[in-house]
Amino acid sequence: MIVRKKDRVVVLGITGKQGTFWTEKMLGYGTRVVAGVNPKRAGESHVGVPIFATTAEAVEKVGGDVAVMFIPPPMAKDAAISAAQAGIKLLVVLTEHIPTQDVMAMHAAAAKHDTRIVGPNTAGLVTPGECFVGIMPAFVPSVFKPGRVGVISRSGSLGTLVCLNLTRAGLGQSAFIGIGGDPMLGTTTRDALETLDKDSGTDVAVIVGEIGGAMEESAADYAKRMTKPIVAFIAGAAAPAGKKMGHAGAIVTGNAGSYASKCQALEAAGVIVVDTPSQIATTVVTSLLAGRAGGKNVASR
Amino acid sequence: MNFEEHAAKATILTPAGIPVPRGILCMSAAEASAAAAKIGPCVIKAQVPTGKRGKAGGIKLASSPDEAKKAAGEILGMRIGDYTVERLLVEEQAEIAREFYAAVLYDTTARKPLILFSIEGGMDIEDLAAAKPEAIRRLLVDIDSKPSLADVGQMLQGLKLDAAEEQITRILCELYAAYRAHDAELLEVNPLALLGDGRVVALDCKFVLDDAAVYRQPEIAKGGATAAMTALEKRAAEADLKLIQLDGNVGVLANGAGLTMTTMDVIRHYGGRPANFLEIGGEAYTKSEIALDLVLSNPGVNSLVINFCGAFARTDVMAEGVVKAWHKLKPKVPVFFSIHGTGEVEAVRLVRSELGIEPYDLMEDAIQAAVKAAQ
Repeated sequence: MIVRKKDRVVVLGITGKQGTFWTEKMLGYGTRVVAGVNPKRAGESHVGVPIFATTAEAVEKVGGDVAVMFIPPPMAKDAAISAAQAGIKLLVVLTEHIPTQDVMAMHAAAAKHDTRIVGPNTAGLVTPGECFVGIMPAFVPSVFKPGRVGVISRSGSLGTLVCLNLTRAGLGQSAFIGIGGDPMLGTTTRDALETLDKDSGTDVAVIVGEIGGAMEESAADYAKRMTKPIVAFIAGAAAPAGKKMGHAGAIVTGNAGSYASKCQALEAAGVIVVDTPSQIATTVVTSLLAGRAGGKNVASR
Repeated sequence: MNFEEHAAKATILTPAGIPVPRGILCMSAAEASAAAAKIGPCVIKAQVPTGKRGKAGGIKLASSPDEAKKAAGEILGMRIGDYTVERLLVEEQAEIAREFYAAVLYDTTARKPLILFSIEGGMDIEDLAAAKPEAIRRLLVDIDSKPSLADVGQMLQGLKLDAAEEQITRILCELYAAYRAHDAELLEVNPLALLGDGRVVALDCKFVLDDAAVYRQPEIAKGGATAAMTALEKRAAEADLKLIQLDGNVGVLANGAGLTMTTMDVIRHYGGRPANFLEIGGEAYTKSEIALDLVLSNPGVNSLVINFCGAFARTDVMAEGVVKAWHKLKPKVPVFFSIHGTGEVEAVRLVRSELGIEPYDLMEDAIQAAVKAAQ
């Protein structure tokens, strides 16, 4: 789920206001956008990109590794299933408020066709200096710069702030992986952590989590076997009880989901959990230094 | 969207073919008395879209119309959770032999619908999951198919349900079909009771409609309960904004759920108390004008933090809205800004030139200043 310059990107819903705006931004940053999809405008070209009637046709004619969806909730399920059937391997679902049962159908299709879904309700993926897919300010130099810190975030706005703090501390990023704010995600914190662990360009992983669900607890389980340092911040310590946590979540995950449970699990796995976002950057600096001093596998920048 | 018991039974269970006790919805003690005269010995149940009604005293037995009138008088007007009881369900008393638990919900890890069943009905499922997790049977369902009678039969194997097994198997299949047809987030029957006469009946029902699916369930959604909201929360809801009013004194205006929660966390970290949660993320970032009005209308607010970090949301657009509202509202409390990300150069320029305020570089510093000013 680390996007690369060579990846051919298909934009679903390219002709809409947001699709247009962000496709231009992606192209300008170096993302290889090869096709757009809109059945009503097939055969035309939009912001210099050829438009096809279906994702399958786009993939057949110009190829496609990654698809990104600028599609409103009622049409999101069909668009996602078509993309999976067309052989798209990485599907970035930006759409928020997709009906839950549609999300389950999307995940079922993705599993069947071996497609990885990132999201729903993600801000996307950024590989600083290479390309980005989604709605992140990759092109703002005060926020992102190339480097060796991998950032995983459920939130786009908070993830942006964390990358900005890292950049200002002189720490560039190997990848930003926005996993999304929905309860049922295609790519979990643990999946993203595993990717950063195996990525030779990443020395440190940052987890920007949130209360609810059990993803951070599961990531902590993987973190135990990692040698790369991990720094985490969990949002929601001051959230009022019972306002976000649903009955359904409570039963499926037992006691997991609370701020305390997440911090406890992460700390037990050797992850450094910090109290405020700006402490992430300062802690990454110290953990890198400590890593070097302790002979951990931390490459020099 | 939550539903009261009577609405869940009438709109979901009965059309699905799942038996429920005979009952009448009543708005007054006199109506409850008349209902009891028709039904006979009955249960008077407070209708509020929240749990723990029994523990709060909102469920009483009555064997005569007079008793029903008295019980109804006691329950009506009672506060349960965030709700005042305005309606009662008067239901025939059931002779209960055994109590079970049944539900359909979704499993976030498997990303599939999940059917739950337990022979330990009646108690809270969270408590049961904590105390006796082995007492809960689970069946994950492929969303593109449906559970067969054989699948459900296997799930129930060894539970010694005897003659009730056939009815329970059928009810679980019907419950799943209703869950799918009506975009349920949760459809729970607790207890599902085996009666003395051998019938299996849903004594209670909890139905939560997926908020994201309300647009395609318009008829069902009409029966949904109105969420308990403060006047300020109602005003926010009318503007399509999600505001949670808290009892703190530092107001919060930020973009995105993650950054908003974090702003609240950092306020608490520095010893302050956040006064609200208000999300203007996603497309709502254009609503900063009304958002500023809302957070300043909260009577407890002594200072305000405006914390923007633009990704999709453009900070220049948000700052413009704030400036517009500012000139109208002329805030009387000190306001502390931190602005970064998409559009930050223009946003910072606007705040400086129009409001004469210098934004803080770090959100932590803006928040510390706001906490101090609120004391």
